[in-house]
Amino acid sequence: MYMTNSIINLEHITHKFNHSIALSDVSLEVKQGEFWALIGPNGSGKSTLLKIILGLLKPSQGTIELFGGPIDSFNQQQRIGYVSQKSNAFTTKFPATVLEVVKSGLTAKKGLFKRFDKEDEQQAIDALHIVKMADRKDESIGDLSGGQQQRVFIARALVSHPDLLIMDEPTVGIDRQNVESFYSMLSELNREYGIAILLVTHEIDVVTKLATHIACLNRSIHFHGVHADYEKMSEAELSGWYGHPIRRLHQKETEPVK
Amino acid sequence: MIEAIFTYEFLQNAILSGLIIGLIAPMLGLFIVVRRMSMISDALSHVALAGIAGSLYLSQQVLFFAALNPVYLGMGAAVVGSLLIERLRRVYKSFEELAIPIILSAGIGFGAIFISLAKGFGTDLVGYLFGSVSAVSRQDLYIVMLIAVMVIAFIYFLYKELFSLAFDPEYARVSGINERVIQAAFMIITALVIGASMRIVGILLVSSLMTLPVAAAIQVAKSYKGALVYSILFGEIAVVIGLISAYYLDIAPGGTIVVTSVFILLLVLFWKKVRS
Repeated sequence: MYMTNSIINLEHITHKFNHSIALSDVSLEVKQGEFWALIGPNGSGKSTLLKIILGLLKPSQGTIELFGGPIDSFNQQQRIGYVSQKSNAFTTKFPATVLEVVKSGLTAKKGLFKRFDKEDEQQAIDALHIVKMADRKDESIGDLSGGQQQRVFIARALVSHPDLLIMDEPTVGIDRQNVESFYSMLSELNREYGIAILLVTHEIDVVTKLATHIACLNRSIHFHGVHADYEKMSEAELSGWYGHPIRRLHQKETEPVK
Repeated sequence: MIEAIFTYEFLQNAILSGLIIGLIAPMLGLFIVVRRMSMISDALSHVALAGIAGSLYLSQQVLFFAALNPVYLGMGAAVVGSLLIERLRRVYKSFEELAIPIILSAGIGFGAIFISLAKGFGTDLVGYLFGSVSAVSRQDLYIVMLIAVMVIAFIYFLYKELFSLAFDPEYARVSGINERVIQAAFMIITALVIGASMRIVGILLVSSLMTLPVAAAIQVAKSYKGALVYSILFGEIAVVIGLISAYYLDIAPGGTIVVTSVFILLLVLFWKKVRS
């Protein structure tokens, strides 16, 4: 049974690539307005799990429900905004303006054979206002810094007014200064607009401060729950799950440890 | 030349076909180049060669084919080739680009067999390989016009889907765009444009008109719409200068059009360097 405000409900997901197990018996539920950080070491199955949620991969076993219904009959893709790793997203010399990129987020919602109109353009500008990039709308996407480009991709994900944002390590390739302001913007989106967020990341210390819920994945879920419970885990427990020593940082320490 | 255009129908056919191709080839070419599929047009044009050579050979053997415009079989072969490339790209998922040399080799292979069987085709075949000002018939012009209408409608109505797939295919798939159907339609349209263009620029040079004006355009454009406009502009300049010089120098227009495109690209690169 799913709750009425359930956005993602994964039950007993197992996935195998040939004979190796990528995910084993993963169950997870994301509800409206929650900010989930999905953390785990390299090769822990984070990206595989995202692909399964996004419908790009069919799991070997288990069930997936999106917005209360089975994934196979799900056809409201505009309710999910997706932001991938910046490095995979596009060729930097691609000739496109910021506004053109953001408008492309409305493509599926608009439907086949229909062209963008003034209203769509205004929606794209509104989305750019949210990520504070509206004044750069006519610039070429390749001329922006990594952090600015990632803001534009968030605007593209937001333009269709999604209920859920899924992000796959969105800060890869962004300099450290911009990472913090990027994350505080995510936190604002979650608090002020009530958008649920599922964020896959390596940056444990930054994100665990912002997320309301945390899931630790290493092929299977080792912990999932609210932020306060995560904080209670000892460094030894964390290290045991992560596969190498983890040290928690205190406020005065500046360099987060991965 | 102006007087000759009004006097000779073949010149009217060549000029009008050229202007239409100068519009549609770079227009579609932009989507091909930004998706890093430039070699696909090369592969398809070689498959078209097999179709043309097959048609010319059969025209010596079977009466029906003697009356058939070889462009039809050329275009049909390119369409079949485009669908085979799509199929092979799925078979060799990790080596998608392998589909292109496979189809290209098959095209040249069949082309060589038909040419050998027919003991060569003389000027007919040279016209198809490098283009011809004098060989464009009224029927060829009508085919070019029909294909142009299809291409313009395709790009006009599916512009946003084509842009999304070109810019970020993974995002496009996740957002619910039916990539498979649009990609298959795109390949068929590409094959048709190659079929339409080969009378003027020739099979061996048709892919150049789809890529060179675009290569120059993406150097100067900031937006995608801008890149589309510049691609068409550079394509038209190349066609007009190429056709005029081919007429006066009595040489194959494919060569003059492509060489003009190369000069435009060099000028743009030079201008960009000076400016920076």
